[in-house]
Order: sequence, then structure tokens, then C-alpha cells
Amino acid sequence: MSDMLSIKNLHANVDGKPILKGINLEIKAGEVHAIMGPNGSGKSTLANVLAGREGYDVTDGTVTFQGKNLLEMEPEERARAGVFLAFQYPVEIPGVSNVYLLKAAVNAARKHRGLPELDAMDFLTLVREKMQLVKMDEQFLYRAVNEGFSGGEKKRNEILQMALLEPALGVLDETDSGLDIDALKIVSDGVNALRGKDRAFVLVTHYQRLLNYVVPDYVHVLANGQIVKSGDRGLALELEKKGYGWIEGATARA
Amino acid sequence: MNAVLQTHHHYAAEFERNVAELPGAGADWLAELRRGAIDRFAAHGFPGPRDENWKYTRTAPIERRNFTCRSAAGEPLGVDQIQDVLLPNAYQLVFVNGVYRAELSNVSDMPAGVTLSSLAAVLQASPATLEGLLNRHVDQDRHPFAALNTAFVGEGAFIALAANTMLERPIQLLFVTTAAQDGHAAHPRVVVSAGDNSEATLVETHVGLGEAVSFTNLLTEVTLGRNAGLEYYRLQEESVKAFHISAVHVSQEADSRFVSTAISLGAVLSRHDIDVRLAVRGAQCSLNGLYMAAGRQHVDTHTRIDHMAPHCSSSEFYKGVLDGHGRGVFNGKVMVHPHAIKTDARQQNQNLLLSLDAEADTKPELEIYNDDVKCAHGATVGQLDADAVFYLRSRGLDETASRGLLTYAFAAEIINAIKLDAVREHLRAVVLARLPEGEHIKELV
Ligand SMILES: Nc1ncnc2c1ncn2[C@@H]1O[C@H](COP(=O)(O)OP(=O)(O)OP(=O)(O)O)[C@@H](O)[C@H]1O
Ligand SMILES: [Mg+2]
Repeated sequence: MSDMLSIKNLHANVDGKPILKGINLEIKAGEVHAIMGPNGSGKSTLANVLAGREGYDVTDGTVTFQGKNLLEMEPEERARAGVFLAFQYPVEIPGVSNVYLLKAAVNAARKHRGLPELDAMDFLTLVREKMQLVKMDEQFLYRAVNEGFSGGEKKRNEILQMALLEPALGVLDETDSGLDIDALKIVSDGVNALRGKDRAFVLVTHYQRLLNYVVPDYVHVLANGQIVKSGDRGLALELEKKGYGWIEGATARA
Repeated sequence: MNAVLQTHHHYAAEFERNVAELPGAGADWLAELRRGAIDRFAAHGFPGPRDENWKYTRTAPIERRNFTCRSAAGEPLGVDQIQDVLLPNAYQLVFVNGVYRAELSNVSDMPAGVTLSSLAAVLQASPATLEGLLNRHVDQDRHPFAALNTAFVGEGAFIALAANTMLERPIQLLFVTTAAQDGHAAHPRVVVSAGDNSEATLVETHVGLGEAVSFTNLLTEVTLGRNAGLEYYRLQEESVKAFHISAVHVSQEADSRFVSTAISLGAVLSRHDIDVRLAVRGAQCSLNGLYMAAGRQHVDTHTRIDHMAPHCSSSEFYKGVLDGHGRGVFNGKVMVHPHAIKTDARQQNQNLLLSLDAEADTKPELEIYNDDVKCAHGATVGQLDADAVFYLRSRGLDETASRGLLTYAFAAEIINAIKLDAVREHLRAVVLARLPEGEHIKELV
């Protein structure tokens, strides 16, 4: 299988404070990696560095995405090239309707791939089909992005975006947190529907319950800015039973 | 000091040069009104930094230029040149450099009960019609530019609605400034008298064709009878070298409704005053607006609402978008008089700064002289939400488009609330055209 993402010795600061302290991670196409770890250990920081957020300063190391230097790319270039981040806290954007953002996003990606832009009709057909997948009512299309959405609706909206954009690499930052079992199944179905030999996923989660539905190939423990343990699915079950204390270097923060 | 005195001399001299030729010069009451006004202006002069109402807006650049108070007349102008800004299906009076132009106007099929005519024509033919109407509620001491306007009052529009008249088509007053107006001042006056139970929509459009260092000093007076309603739009799109001072003074009888949308996009220096007197029980006003400044533009909005009677309500919602070295000023004064119990007054002003050099000064001013009122106000000055910009970029929109889209979304709250389709669509296009990637964003909103 080909290399999707290769992270080597990644160090990053936030506000001058070192948060990531030497991350190494190899992800191949077709794989699903789960990242677990205590609060404040750097999981979201890693996700944001991958997506290219300002204020997250890489001080050392490399990130290679499909053979390209990811760190040199603007956030929008990463998105168009197939990196998708489902946010832990999706942003509300009053005044920008969901349908327009979705259409702009889809067409930006298509343009990048040399495909013609979808017209309004074709786009609507496509989006309706994907909305069924995440069981979202059509009215959400015409509401402002995430504005007044419940927590679960916001997460489903993230999955809808991912389903439309069909990224090569999906990074889901706690998309399962705070979801009831029905919503969790919807989100999991969304991910599973996209799973395939050309795609890879990073699932950041606190709960092994998600991993019952989206079965990962690898589970990593991120603690204090480093991956301190990796294993298979069994590791997640063990973590659920025993917490993080037993893993060397894992220090849970309050 | 000398310069100031000279300026007063300048406008006093301009007055003497022009007064005999102003329409209705033969009417004593009008002559007195004009002379009283120029005396007052000469005594007070241009407002200075010591004047609390003009703290943030310097009028020295206007004063210094000693504008000629006679318009550049006779500018040839075809309908095709104003086609873009002519409202469809509207009655129109068109003014070029402050002067009424019958051949460009459209007042045919006017229903009974409606008067729409050039103010100069009325002052010339039957000045008595306007005696007691002109300057009815204008406080010249508080508004020095209103005094200056009064001194030169002549050109403009007179709109009268008989009781129970419902005017379905909007009235548009289109003021066009051309390059020939460079160095000239115009002092147009609009007088609106709406009888009991009448209803109308009025759109005042100010556009600049070609860049002129011109000075417009407009005054609109509105009297609304019992249960009358006026939907008022004011679109200021002067060219970027123009100076634009304008004011609307409104006096409302019981249960009347005044809904205003004021859009300020043009001029290097612009100031808009809205003074509303909610004089009798149950009167309501809603003042909304959008101002944008970029480059070296300075845009100032001052509203004042006097709650003078019980059970009146007022709401204000203004937004400002400031870019480059642009500066926006918003001052919203609400005065709740002792008898005005059950007053409901709300005010919101939100400013978006797009650059480090842009500036917004916002000040709500509430003076409340009784306990039985509901008042709320809020003012904000902020930047684009960085999280929102990143969210859009992370979905593949480039940075410029993301910022443009969010800026448009900010302004759209005012634009989308506009009821008149043609005005809303026009504004949408004009605002988008000012944004980078506007062509692209157009498809997203
Ligand atoms: N924008 C920021 N400004 C300052 N500090 C930050 C910022 N973002 C993250 N941090 C700090 O970086 C550290 C790692 O945070 P991060 O959000 O990556 O943790 P996490 O593993 O995702 O935690 P959680 O499980 O609670 O989501 C924390 O100490 C956090 O306070
Ligand atoms: Mg996190």
C-alpha cells in the first residue's frame, strides 16, 4: 500500500509553548488510525497542524502527504489536495448558508482535480444523496453554517462535508464526543461508507465505543506531545479499562 | 481665526450674490427665513472640534475650499448615463448637480392625492404652499449645516400625500453629481408631508458620475400624520472626492411609522444625521443602516431620537465595514422625555475592521427621564472571526474569498432586510463589487 501520510519528529508550539514534542506516525492508504490520549495531550494540536491553522508553529520535523511537503501548503491547498479535518468544535458562520459553502467547497476540490464545476442542479442531486447518508433534513442546507445547530447536528454536518468532498485523508477530531448512540451510528456509517483502499482516516477519540463501529487498524496513545504507545484495537479496550496511568510517560492533566 | 472669518464672509458673500435669484425671492416670509439662516450660520460658523456633535468629524476640509453656492448648471446628461441607478417602476425626480431636470424625470400617472414636484417650481409659483411647512421642526442651532441649507433653500423636491393616500409605486429622488460640479456646492431640500393614514416609499439616491470635489448639503424634512407610514431609503454613492453632508428631520404624529435604511458608501467625507421626534403616543421608528469606508474615506452617522410621548418605540441597527485608512463614526442618541412612559428603545451598532489602520468610533447616548421604559443598546468593534476564516479555508476556499464572504455576510444582515427588491439587489451588487473576489462570492450568497 502507498504512503498517505508520514509524520517525522514533529515539534510544534502554540503561543510559544511546546505542545507537540516529536511525533512519529506513518499512515498508508486504506488504513484507519485511532489516536487516544488524556485531555490537553496535543491531539487537537496535531489535527490543526495537519490542517494548517495559523498560530501553530512547527519548530522541527516533517509532514509528507502523498509525497508532498504538507507543511508548505496553505490550508485551502491542503483541503483541495484531499486533507479534511472534521473539527472538534465546528464554527458557526452566520450569514453564510450551508448549501453555498458546500457547493464552493466541492467545486474548489473539483477544480483542483481538473474536473468541471457542478452546476446547481447536479450539485443538489449530489448533496441530497449524501444528506440521506447522514440522515440530515434538507432544511439544514438553507440554514447558516452550523448556526443554532445542536452539537450532534454540527458533527453530522462535518460528516456531510466529508462525504461530499471525498478526501484522501480524513482527520476526525472527537467527532464522536457527545453523540448519542443513534448519532454515533450515523457518523460511523458515514466514515465506513468512505473507507476504501485509496483513503485513510485518523480518528481522534476518547471513547473506544466509536471503535466498535469504525474498526481501526492501529491505536496510538498520545501523551504530553508524543506517541507513547501504539497497538491494535485491543489497546483501546485496555485503555478503557485501565485509563492512561499505566502507560509510561502518560500524564493525565486535570 | 482669520481663515474662519473669511469663510463666513465667503458664504455670506455667496448668499448676497445669489439671494435675489433664489426661487420665491419675493415672498417675505421666505426672505426672512433665508436671511435669518445665513446670519445664524455666519455667527456659528462651521462646527469645530469643540462641538460635541462633531468631535470625530472635521469640517475644515469643506470650509477651506470655499465652494461656490451656485450649481454648475446645464450639464448635458442622457438617461442612458443614469439607467443603472434608476429604480424600475418608480416615480422619479432627477437632479443634476442639485438642479431639477424635468426631461430626465418621470411623474406621469400620478394618482390623485399625491403631489410630487420640484421644490423650486413650487417656491416660484406658489410659495405660500410651503409657508409653515419649510423648517417646521428644524433646529438650526443644533444643526449648522441645516442653517446653511436654509439660507440657500430653493432646489429640491416637494412631496405631499393627502390623507388616506396609499402610493404603491415608490418615489425616487435621484441626485447626480457630475465632474462639472467640481468646486461647487448644492443645498437641496426635500420636504415630505404625509397626511393621516397615508403610506409611501421614498428612495433618495445620491450618485457621482466622474470625480468632482463637490459639496452636497442636503436636508430632508418629513412630517408624518396620524397613522401614516413612510419607508425611507437613502443610498449615498457619491464619488470618492465628494463631500456629502445630509440630514433627515422627522416629526411623527400618533401611531405613525418611519422605517429608514441609510446606506453610505461614497464620498471622501460624509455625514448623515437623522433626527426623529416621536411626538405623539404610539409612533414608531426603525433606523437601519450600513456604512463602508476604505482608502481615506470618513463616514459619520449621528442619530437622535426624541421619545416625547408614551408608548412609542424605536429600534436602530447599524453596521459599519471599515478598511484601509477608512474611519467610521456612529453616535446614537436617544432622549426619553419625562412623559414618555412605556418607551421601548433599542439600539445596535456593529463595526467590522478589515485593516490595522481602519478605525471605528461608536457611542450610544441614552438620556432617560422616567422609570417606566425598556431600553437596550449595544456597540461592538471587531475583526473577522479568525476561526471562521480558517474553517472556510479548511474547506478549500482561498483566503481572499473567505474574508470577502464573511465580510459580505456581515453586511448582508442589513442588505437582506431591505424590502424593496430593486434596492436590495442593487445594493447587493454594489457591495459585492467592492469586495475582492466579489464575482466569485456572488455565487455563494
Ligand atoms: N490556541 C491555543 N492557545 C493556547 N494554548 C493552546 C491553544 N490550543 C491548545 N493549547 C494548549 O495546548 C495543549 C494541547 O491542547 P490540545 O487541544 O491539542 O489537547 P487535546 O489533546 O486535543 O485535548 P482534549 O482531549 O481536551 O481535546 C493544552 O495545554 C492547551 O491548553
Ligand atoms: Mg482536542
